Amino acid sequence: MDYHTGIVGGLIAGVLARIIMLRLDYRQYPTYPHDVITHIALGFIASLIGAVFIPALMLKEYTAVTFLAVAAEQFRNVRNMERETLSKLEENEIVPRGIDYVEGIARTFEARNYLTIFTALVVSGFIVWLGWIYATAVFVLILIIVCYLKTGKVVGDIAEVVLEQLYFDGPFLKISDIYLMNVGYPPDREKILAEGMGVLVKPKNDNGRAILHNLGQRQAIVHTAAALLGTKREVGEPEFTPLARKNIDTGEIGLFILPLEKDFECLRKVIERTPVLESASRKPLDSKAGRIAAD
Amino acid sequence: MEIETKKVILAVITLKPELVAGGGAPVFIAANREEQEKVAFYLSRIMDAMVHDLDNGVMVIVGH
Repeated sequence: MDYHTGIVGGLIAGVLARIIMLRLDYRQYPTYPHDVITHIALGFIASLIGAVFIPALMLKEYTAVTFLAVAAEQFRNVRNMERETLSKLEENEIVPRGIDYVEGIARTFEARNYLTIFTALVVSGFIVWLGWIYATAVFVLILIIVCYLKTGKVVGDIAEVVLEQLYFDGPFLKISDIYLMNVGYPPDREKILAEGMGVLVKPKNDNGRAILHNLGQRQAIVHTAAALLGTKREVGEPEFTPLARKNIDTGEIGLFILPLEKDFECLRKVIERTPVLESASRKPLDSKAGRIAAD
Repeated sequence: MEIETKKVILAVITLKPELVAGGGAPVFIAANREEQEKVAFYLSRIMDAMVHDLDNGVMVIVGH
């Protein structure tokens, strides 16, 4: 039996899957061309490992299979690599991503390499077992599943975003009773009132409230908003720092930003499309106690 | 930005010297509100810090 077609087919399928998973979008790292090359190269190695797995088993080369364990170790390093790079860049970020976001991105990169191995393994298995046509069908199916897995929940699923007036209560900048900060210099207050934007992020249920409670999630929202709409925050001017603070009674988040583009519709879309971080994801409503507490 | 742990009062600008006592930060006494705001603004830009108003004639410069 010829295993070569299986290996080559699996390899191609794996690399294709990796490239599709690497698709860049507006907030997605890597935005650096060299990182794209790094990840495609790693994806190539991952798919090679996946593609030879079934042929190796069939030829009773069991030692070859143990290399999979070595590979897993290798891809754990991908996570460390991403985490380190992003954490270093974080120091010079005026509005940082926050460690939760960085950790989420790093984890995604690791997981996508495993998905690549999996794709290559399944496709090569199907080529060996049933032939090209079935393997292609399975490949398409895997891609659909992967694309579905790739789009996690977004903030728009768990909360609604409404425009709200910023106001000053003495020197205190507030938004619907949420204390944001104390601004002492009157011209800055005027600038904030004239050019600043405030929104309320209202959780739809207790799960949403628990997610927005997470500081990392709020920082991710603030970072995305500042990255896309721009921010007038500058080194040495902490007055214009975008903030997200919680109303301790209702769990609503009041967000303040001094954007370069003052457009509520854009801000709403940006916030709604911010991903819900894995580390922030919480589901109190899935427990009996949580449901009882909710009503 | 979100988690602020170290906050230090770098300077105090006051209209009423009797309201401020002791402490580690230098105290600047201003004659009127206008001067107070100006001094506070200058100091905040020099120190890369933020002006906070205590609403009783005292302003503090806080490093975040």
